[in-house]
Amino acid sequence: MAEVKLLTEFYHLPEYQTLAGYKAKGGYAVLPTALKMQPQAIIDEVKASGLRGRGGAGFPTGMKWGFLPKNGEPRYLLCNADEGEPGTFKDRMMMERAPHQLIEGMIISAFAVGSHKGYIYVRGEYVYPIEVLNKAIKEAYDAGLLGKNILGSGFDFDLDVYRGAGAYICGEETGMISSLEGLKGQPKLKPPFPAVQGYLRKPTIVNNVETLAAVTYIIKDGAAAYRKHGTEKSAGTKLFSVSGNVMKPGNYEVPLGYPLMDLIMKECGGMKPGRKLKAIIPGGSSAPILTAEECAKANMDYESLAGLGSMLGSGAVIVMDDSQCMVDMLGVLTHFYAHESCGQCTPCREGTGWLDKILHSILEGRGRLQDIDLLIKVADNMKGKTICALSDAAALPVLSFVNKFRDEFEFYVREGRSKVKGTTYAENNH
Amino acid sequence: MFKLSEQGLADVKKELARYEARESAIIPSLYIAQKENKGFITPDIIRHLSQVMDIPEARINEVFKFYTMFNQKPVGKYHVQVCTNISCALEGGREMASHICHELGVKYNEVTADGRFTVSKVECLGSCGTAPMMQVNDTYHEKLTPETAMNLLRGMK
Repeated sequence: MAEVKLLTEFYHLPEYQTLAGYKAKGGYAVLPTALKMQPQAIIDEVKASGLRGRGGAGFPTGMKWGFLPKNGEPRYLLCNADEGEPGTFKDRMMMERAPHQLIEGMIISAFAVGSHKGYIYVRGEYVYPIEVLNKAIKEAYDAGLLGKNILGSGFDFDLDVYRGAGAYICGEETGMISSLEGLKGQPKLKPPFPAVQGYLRKPTIVNNVETLAAVTYIIKDGAAAYRKHGTEKSAGTKLFSVSGNVMKPGNYEVPLGYPLMDLIMKECGGMKPGRKLKAIIPGGSSAPILTAEECAKANMDYESLAGLGSMLGSGAVIVMDDSQCMVDMLGVLTHFYAHESCGQCTPCREGTGWLDKILHSILEGRGRLQDIDLLIKVADNMKGKTICALSDAAALPVLSFVNKFRDEFEFYVREGRSKVKGTTYAENNH
Repeated sequence: MFKLSEQGLADVKKELARYEARESAIIPSLYIAQKENKGFITPDIIRHLSQVMDIPEARINEVFKFYTMFNQKPVGKYHVQVCTNISCALEGGREMASHICHELGVKYNEVTADGRFTVSKVECLGSCGTAPMMQVNDTYHEKLTPETAMNLLRGMK
């Protein structure tokens, strides 16, 4: 197996960013056909393709679309381009290199679900992708691909970009909706799910950039062509963002089910000279870490990684070599989640803060052996007890790091310094 | 007492007319005001926006305080935000941040004496494959070393 570029085939061409460049490679060719289809036929095709949401949860896209109530209320289509999960950088590339691929996917998806208004919610730091998107949206309006009576089909769809302002939690779909409504980006209790009661309490579909871009391919080449790639339950291709201690970090589109070690050794050129693989976080910072031995057994699909006690998540593969201190790296993650907790639920607000404090007392040489079990106890008490998954996202790395690399934690407490680096956190971080 | 420029006022009104929920214009309007006030928001600005937007101060304030991209105190002409999250940390992002502070002679979140720079550590900016990186105002700079980062900053007048 190797890279399969269903979505990213032309990403190396700078002109693919423009309407002319996108059209020259077949872009928007399927749109007139799609707009003549029955919306339900598009939904059925997406269901048949086996496409699952690429933002992290992996929920079947067609099924999500099917949850919309048939009550004639206005519906919204919201593209989740908040991309805040540490390790993930695929959506940024997709928006920068192929904005029209996303716009076309949104038009087709909006037609399928009966929405006439869409937003692309982009994280605030992505100033350049926002510029690219705005330019592409203007091009699309000028060409009659957005707005009233698209291509004479009678279908109207307006699309706008909304710039977030730096809050990881806005990547959670109800947090994103709160933010778009001009509130703090705090998640809401589900049910009701956004498909029933979302933006302005109207039915709303929230899909990731990669998911919506894949819709174009599925309608163009058919569900069967998409299903040729991947596994039975994890169909199609996926963009994996690989970062950390590898020779060639970057985004790689491969079929789901691709062996993790092939991704690292073949696509990413392996480890740096003289270094050995120590561990990998396979699905973004909230996914439980895998040891090198576990990595050898892992395939990059939802089921294989779940079987190893981890998850595919957003497809962010964070690679660590034998020079890395696991206590230090967990400290980075716990600090992140403490910083990003929205503060709404007590187990998360207090729990993330405690995890951060306990870890940093260990890193500063003030740890006690019982603190290691305290980390586990706090993390255990955070799982499944909050409105959204941020609390779990903070707890899961703690449990996996401590359980799998306990000797490093015990050494740090006993000696007051890192087993790997031989120094303290303070010495390393000035 | 802060007041938006004519252009700023027009931009805020445009944002107010753009969304079905009036409050959706709060974030875009805070961006407009922050830009006009050299990179940070004050209570004066919240009061002014409240009058212009006809939205209670408390509503605007809670949004302002929630999001990290709105600054609560002055920043330098160049706001240098160095990512120190996991992928950047694995590739030396934290050491780079501390090198920049050392070279510029400031602590994190302080403004340099000449008013040019503020250095902040920030969480993941989505450049993990090109780590370590920093964002200077709106621009990303990637695949840096402590030395190349400083060379870039020295060139910013």
